[in-house]
Amino acid sequence: MRGAAPVEGLYERLLAGDRRAAARLITMVENGDPEARNILRQLHRHSGKAHIVGLTGPPGSGKSTLACRLAGRFRREGRTVGIVAVDPTSPYTGGALLGDRVRMQDLADDPEVFIRSMGSRGALGGLSVATNDVINILDAFGKDYIIVETVGAGQVEVEVVKFSHTCVVVAMPGGGDEIQAIKAGILEIGDIFVVNKADREGAQRTMADLEMMLETKPALDASSWKPRVVATVAVDGGGMDDLAGAIQGHWEYLVESGLLEQKTIQRMKAELISILNLRVSKAAARALEDKDTGEELLRRMAARDIDPHSAAEEVERLIVREARL
Amino acid sequence: MERVIRVFLAKPGLDGHDRGVLIVGQALRDAGMEVIYSGLKQTCETIVEAALQEDVDVLGLSILSGAHMALIPRITELLREQGADDMAVLVGGVIPPDDARSLVEEHGVARVFGPGTRTGDIVDYIVDRVVEDREVG
Repeated sequence: MRGAAPVEGLYERLLAGDRRAAARLITMVENGDPEARNILRQLHRHSGKAHIVGLTGPPGSGKSTLACRLAGRFRREGRTVGIVAVDPTSPYTGGALLGDRVRMQDLADDPEVFIRSMGSRGALGGLSVATNDVINILDAFGKDYIIVETVGAGQVEVEVVKFSHTCVVVAMPGGGDEIQAIKAGILEIGDIFVVNKADREGAQRTMADLEMMLETKPALDASSWKPRVVATVAVDGGGMDDLAGAIQGHWEYLVESGLLEQKTIQRMKAELISILNLRVSKAAARALEDKDTGEELLRRMAARDIDPHSAAEEVERLIVREARL
Repeated sequence: MERVIRVFLAKPGLDGHDRGVLIVGQALRDAGMEVIYSGLKQTCETIVEAALQEDVDVLGLSILSGAHMALIPRITELLREQGADDMAVLVGGVIPPDDARSLVEEHGVARVFGPGTRTGDIVDYIVDRVVEDREVG
């Protein structure tokens, strides 16, 4: 079985197109290997070329199948694709069953499609940081499109989608509550809405509901992007031209309107904040673990000597002092 | 640094039976591993490509079709060609004892788990090997 990762030459091998080097660096990132940070630092200037497409929506809406069809569509145009498929990690055991590849078998023979399954792992918002790192790795690795597929059922997933240029929200026809499931927080972030399984009863209704809800969303000005609603039947490839067209249309809009630069700045901000969140929460956790300061603070809170907000300020002071050392 | 054990479970060849591999997958997941499942009817090439992209510690092959002596040596050979023969290959399914011996002794398979294996034994084997290899590595 494999031993220590051969770190030497990983950077050069990755830039030369060695997918095993990319795969190994992703593993290091996921495991929080300190060596990975040095390589990411060097890689960063090689990234920033890919079109990052976020794909989110409720479980069972067909995200994996859509990702597969979409990748196939981009491949026919000669473009290369990376797919990051995130599935939930059990908070109880830390284990995960990652099954997105089952729906992506059509891509399995194509060496220009790099698929990576990720468990959400989840500790302290680490998912956002690791996902971003993986996106940057695949970007530097030279993939033209990077499709990030997440379960769309919580705040973390919404965060991850913020890192994309184009956010695609997937819904499906159902008993009437289907829009409810995607409404909170996610109507605002979708650039494109897909009603998948559009051959099922109620698809027209779902499309109409979505269009109506988007109508009521105030546009910033006349030239701003109007979210598109696209019907697909991913399982047989139906509507994929429309979806690919909408995604490429959104990219052209970003470029032509000059918003791409602004979007990039927003993405950098989201990335920076997620890294800072992780670092600060780790530092806070370390401060609280400290026997003298941390436990003493908690005892004072329990004894009602200090309120939680003032205690947090004390921890902040500790962190700042630690960072200066 | 927290290293999660990653396992790719695959069904090579024409074999429609996945109950066993899914039970093993759940047991490994419940033991805290990340388990990637390939789905049915995979070629040797697609299995090796996926295992490399996923950078797994362990490749588990489930085969009940009787084609194990044709498919499994091909997979271990492809891994060797890619310089990835440090990935532990485990086999599960209906494998006659002589074939199992040949797979381990001549074809680079780490271990064959036959019918009746307790899932806990597979978990223990993987944990022991990964921990041991990391220490050696």
